[in-house]
Amino acid sequence: MTTTATSHKALIWKVFGILSIITIAEVILGITKPAFLHLTFVAGTSLLNIIFLILTLVKAYFIAWFFMHLAQEKKSLRRAIVWTVFFLIFYLATLLLIEGGYLEKIELHYTNWNY
Amino acid sequence: MDATVAENQSTNTWSGGENPLGASYGKMMMWFFIMSDALTFSGFLGAYGLMRFKFIDTWPIADKVFTHVPFVHGDYPMYYVAFMTFVLIFSSVTMVLAVDAGHHLKKGKVTFYMLLTIIGGLIFLGSQAWEWTHFIGGENGAVQLQDGKIVQFVNAKGHQVKLEDFAAPKTDERIQLTSSKGLWFMSEPALVPVNLEQVLKGFDSHPELNLRLEKIDLKTKEKLIVSHAEAAKYLAEAKQVVKGANLHVNEYGKTLFGDFFFFITGFHGFHVFSGILINCIIFFNVIIGTYERRGHYEMVEKVGLYWHFVDLVWVFVFTFFYLV
Repeated sequence: MTTTATSHKALIWKVFGILSIITIAEVILGITKPAFLHLTFVAGTSLLNIIFLILTLVKAYFIAWFFMHLAQEKKSLRRAIVWTVFFLIFYLATLLLIEGGYLEKIELHYTNWNY
Repeated sequence: MDATVAENQSTNTWSGGENPLGASYGKMMMWFFIMSDALTFSGFLGAYGLMRFKFIDTWPIADKVFTHVPFVHGDYPMYYVAFMTFVLIFSSVTMVLAVDAGHHLKKGKVTFYMLLTIIGGLIFLGSQAWEWTHFIGGENGAVQLQDGKIVQFVNAKGHQVKLEDFAAPKTDERIQLTSSKGLWFMSEPALVPVNLEQVLKGFDSHPELNLRLEKIDLKTKEKLIVSHAEAAKYLAEAKQVVKGANLHVNEYGKTLFGDFFFFITGFHGFHVFSGILINCIIFFNVIIGTYERRGHYEMVEKVGLYWHFVDLVWVFVFTFFYLV
């Protein structure tokens, strides 16, 4: 391990820069909430939420690959970790969100807003 | 220590000393733990998503709830959470710099960067404690109706108004029951600053005030506002004054919102807390030269994995709790 140790300082600061820019972009979008993104519906939610989701996954990629050194691990280990987690969570999230939309339709009948 | 170290490879694959997938035992087990922990968190956030979709038209709007920055008055939605996110990302950077210095066996630098990481973690934890305090203490107060719905009071511009600012003066002499005043060891939860009667009377004498419902107009994504005249119908059903948040009721809206907030940020905060503890142990081990003698700093790397994972989870909590 020590024999192949090259310094990754430049890379680390570059990744920090990317993560910072993405976070700042998220916060600006979250505060201003541009109407054309916020009120446009795509795939069951607003376009703004889809953008947030993509930016979050990009951040997760940079943290996992360069801070947790997945980029340097063997491909087999990397896939064992990333694919397992990704597909299980994707499956769980998809089913739960579909179910949530269904529960909302039922809930509507039992919520009274007439006083 | 053979089991924890990536040693030189033996010639016979079956005689031991091989590292499956090129990772040492300890590192691989840390990865397995991280995977299972990731699934736990995804279970929590998935449950949050389920309830969020179920109550899509009544869920509290996050940037109307988290609007405060310490020592500053006024509405600054999300700035403080963004600051917390930066602190955590930066402590991740110092952690990975410590790992990098460890690869070059630079003890001094590892020590320095580990210290910075611990300080970053403490700042984050302190910020979270502040945010919890503010969330629990509440800001404007609200009224809960008989069926559990929360109504808030807004002025003509649509800004929320504090209950104390319009409530009628106190008429009764109700005081807090404590065990020192009671006959037996009796006490009660903290009293709300104004009672329901004061609020209702105050609302009647301030015609400029309107009522904000939990219900969201899905076209504009704003909470519906009921005019002063119509509000009487809602307030006829008033049950109690709510200030702040607990697991049963909160002034921001849905009870589940508060429950998920406490549970998810609390579980994450507990991870940060244990991460700081582990970092401290490793920090002192670095100082007394344990890894110097061992000849490698892989322990710093393994703890680093956990710390980055905590950061990774926060990235998702930040998105799903504060942005989406």
